[in-house]
Parts: sequence; C-alpha cells; structure tokens
Amino acid sequence: MAKHATPLLDQLESGPWPSFVSDLKQEAEVRAKNEKGVEYQIPQDVCDDLLGVMELSFKQGRTHWKHGGIVGVFGYGGGVIGRYCDQPEMFPGVAHFHTMRINQPGGKFYNTKFLRELCDLWDLRGSGLTNMHGSTGDIVLLGTTTPQLEEIFHTITHDMNQDLGGSGSNLRTPADCIGAARCEYACYDTQALCYDLTMEYQDELHRPAFPYKFKFKFDGCPNCCVASIARSDMSFIGTWKDDIRIDEKAVAAYVGGEIPPNAGAHSGRDWGKFNIVKEVIDLCPTKCMRYEGGKLSINTKECTRCMHCINVMPQALRIGNDRGVSILVGAKAPILDGAQMGSLLVPFIKVEEPYDEIKEVIEAIWDWWMEEGKNRERLGELIKRQGFQKLLEATGIKPMPQHVKEPRSNPYIFWKEEEVDGGWQRDINEFRKHHQR
Amino acid sequence: MDTEAGEKKILEFLEKKSKSKSKFYLKDFNALFPEDKPRAVKNLANDMVKKEILEYWSSGSTTLYGKKGAGKQAAAEHED
Repeated sequence: MAKHATPLLDQLESGPWPSFVSDLKQEAEVRAKNEKGVEYQIPQDVCDDLLGVMELSFKQGRTHWKHGGIVGVFGYGGGVIGRYCDQPEMFPGVAHFHTMRINQPGGKFYNTKFLRELCDLWDLRGSGLTNMHGSTGDIVLLGTTTPQLEEIFHTITHDMNQDLGGSGSNLRTPADCIGAARCEYACYDTQALCYDLTMEYQDELHRPAFPYKFKFKFDGCPNCCVASIARSDMSFIGTWKDDIRIDEKAVAAYVGGEIPPNAGAHSGRDWGKFNIVKEVIDLCPTKCMRYEGGKLSINTKECTRCMHCINVMPQALRIGNDRGVSILVGAKAPILDGAQMGSLLVPFIKVEEPYDEIKEVIEAIWDWWMEEGKNRERLGELIKRQGFQKLLEATGIKPMPQHVKEPRSNPYIFWKEEEVDGGWQRDINEFRKHHQR
Repeated sequence: MDTEAGEKKILEFLEKKSKSKSKFYLKDFNALFPEDKPRAVKNLANDMVKKEILEYWSSGSTTLYGKKGAGKQAAAEHED
C-alpha cells in the first residue's frame, strides 16, 4: 500500500509512453521491501514522499520546493544543487533533496562495474533516482541529504575515480560524442580534446569564474550527436577541407538496390526503389551535387558539409582526409527567452595536441566575457549586445566571408575609420575638381 | 593584488551592504577592483571561500557569494 494516495499522478501512467511515475513507484517498492538489506543512509520512504509532494503540487498548482542553497563539498563551488521541501512535516523523506552532478565518462563509455557501483552508492546514500544524460549531459543523482554529500564525494573520487560535474557560474561538465572510438564520421578525436580541456580547466569547472554558465560540447562531425551547435556556448564540430571521397562502385550498388540506403535505417516500411536524384541530389542544400551518366560528382567549394549525402550512402561517400574542427560560439537553449544557435567563429582549425591554438581562442573569449558580460548573461547574449565584431576584436580573429550569411543584407562587420584610406572625411574641393555638382 | 587588502575590501563591502543584501555576484566584487583583471578577483573570492570567510550560494544555474553564516539561508537549511 502506497504511503500517499496519488490519483493525479496515476493518470500520467495511462498514456502509451513509459512513465516516470511508474519508475518512482517501482523504486519506492524496492526500498520498502529492501530485499538486499541495504543500510539506507537517507529516509527509506524518500520516493513515497517524493510522489506525495508531487501529487500535492499537482493538486494545488504550486511548488513545494525551495531551490538552491549553500550546500556543497569542501573546495568545490559546483556539482551540488541544494533543494529543500517547504512541507517537511508532511514529507520528511524529502526535507532535503539535493542534486549531485557527476562528470560522465568520455563518449558515455561505461562498463557494468562502474554502473553497478554508481547505483549501489546511490541506493545507499541517495534516493536511488537518477537522471542520466538529460539536458545537462552529465550523470544527475537526484535526492540526498546534506550529511551524505562529502561521503558520496569521497567514494566517487577515491573508489570510482570519477569527479563531480559543473553547476552554477562554472564551466559545465564538457560533453562529447562517441567519436573516433566507434564512428567513421569522426573528423577528430572528440574524447581526447574533451578530456584534455576538462583537465586543463579544472579550476573553471569546480570554482565559479564567470557571469553565468558556460558550456563546451564536442561533436566529431556535423551530424552533431551531442547537439553542440544548439546548446553549447562553445561548440567544436568536426569538419574537413578537401573533397568527399566517392566510391563510384558503391554508388552504383546503392542505385542498383544492392546496398540499402541510410545504412538500413527507416526500413520499417517499403519506401520503394532508392532514387538517388530524389533522395540525395535534389535534397543537397547547396545544390553542389550532380548525377549524370551514372557518375556522381560533388563541387566541394559549394558543399556546406551538411552530411545528408554521406548519411544516406555511407558506404559510397566518406568524409575528406584533411580534417579539423569548426568552432561556433554563443548557442543557448533556455526555457524562457528562446533558443539561439551558435555563430561560426573559426571555420577550420587543426586538432593537434597540445591544442594550444584552441586554448588561445577559449581564453580570449573568457577574458572578454568575464570583463564585459553582465550578471546572468550568456556569451551568445553578449555577442548580440555588443556585436560579433567585438568578439572578433577580443579573439584577434580577422573577419572572413564565412562569418557572414548574406553580405549584402546584413554583414554585421563594418569598416572602421582608421582602416579606410582617407577616413570618413574628404576634401570637397579636390572632389569637385573631378565631379560636377 | 595584495591579498590581505583585497580580503578587507570585500569584507567591508559585505558589511556595508549587510542590511539590504547577503548574497552577491562575482561581478559586484569586480567593481571594487577596477585595476585588476576579473580572473584575479575570482581567484581572491574563491580563496576566501576556501578559508571559510565566504560561502557560495548556488541556484544551480548561477552562483553567488556571501559572508559565511550571513543571511537567512544558513538557518533555513538547518545548518546551524
């Protein structure tokens, strides 16, 4: 028998999708039975009380959480987010319900030992409820009490060789795609760069340094599996400079139907015979592809690396060999103010250890943002407020055609007086010698 | 930056404002040290937390600084 009746939450279980309410009830039951004999360090009925407080909020249309707090682990200014219930007598199990953010392994490569240890730790010292790789991308452990924080931190760092992630006005837990480890589209080693920058910027990750949050994300190719272009202040997207490699024999095999398109994906229904013109050539956003006389050609100068043709015919088309990364800045995905995509800052840079060139760009951006950014102003908002040109000045990067979408309608990079011969003033008498009024 | 003088300046600022506010953005401290880089001010403030003179308050998205034990938060969180 459940501790609290939850008729409104129960209704959420009736839809076709898996419900978090069912998950919470399952965990509540497991904790109540405690067949493993766990010596729970926080209230055993934490999940019951969580269901109870949510039902009450649902009924009243008001929250009973007090969000934020001074709690943390010693020496760290991030990774723990305080949360308290404002009805602790009614729901003592969630009187403290702090969140801990843990840095996820690179490319989210887990082994089962690590996952078991993590779950055992969270059963013992937390609610048992996790949120793996949601919008923050990291491991989010939901619900524990203040005395448990240092204990958990000790186990995570000493026994599991893992670290807390970022929260608050810190560098947030950097996130990367699976990269070269498993994916042939990877244009650089995302995990190597992610790891190096995580280690290099430990101080920024663990101690507040900025006007607001700052996120790095690393995508090996423009498919953007970690959506860096949409939700990181600084997005590293793999790209290449030379031609897409074409295997004409494989192209013919796709056209002839011997190889299924999209690597066999979307095969749940019969889409008819593969049509290379309709499904690839006509869908190219820059119209840089031609298929004539059974031969496929690509005008690389016009290609924007959208990946569509490669995704449809992965055996016939491969990324180029001259590989590097594009750096975009200023994306954000807020709930209230509307999303903003990243703007291209560095079209191409080689990714080579020790990544000094990349670090130069990062640190120049931070210096500018720390100086000029307002409280709670994301980098993208500062770029909009002061202009992309100011960012170029701060980073010492020269304006280039790739920085503008439509030069004639909105260049947003302007000449300055000192850059123009003769400045803005002219000698009118000299001018009149050559031109009538 | 002279650490001792810097710490004193921050504490005086917190004292002056203590009637109206107990938590401050890092930027509020930057304004006290117009000659110094924000990075130096950040290091000073974070060292003061390490020395347990200041403490962080985090909403999860933003971090603020306050004098340790000041304001309602410590009592509200059953920490004292």
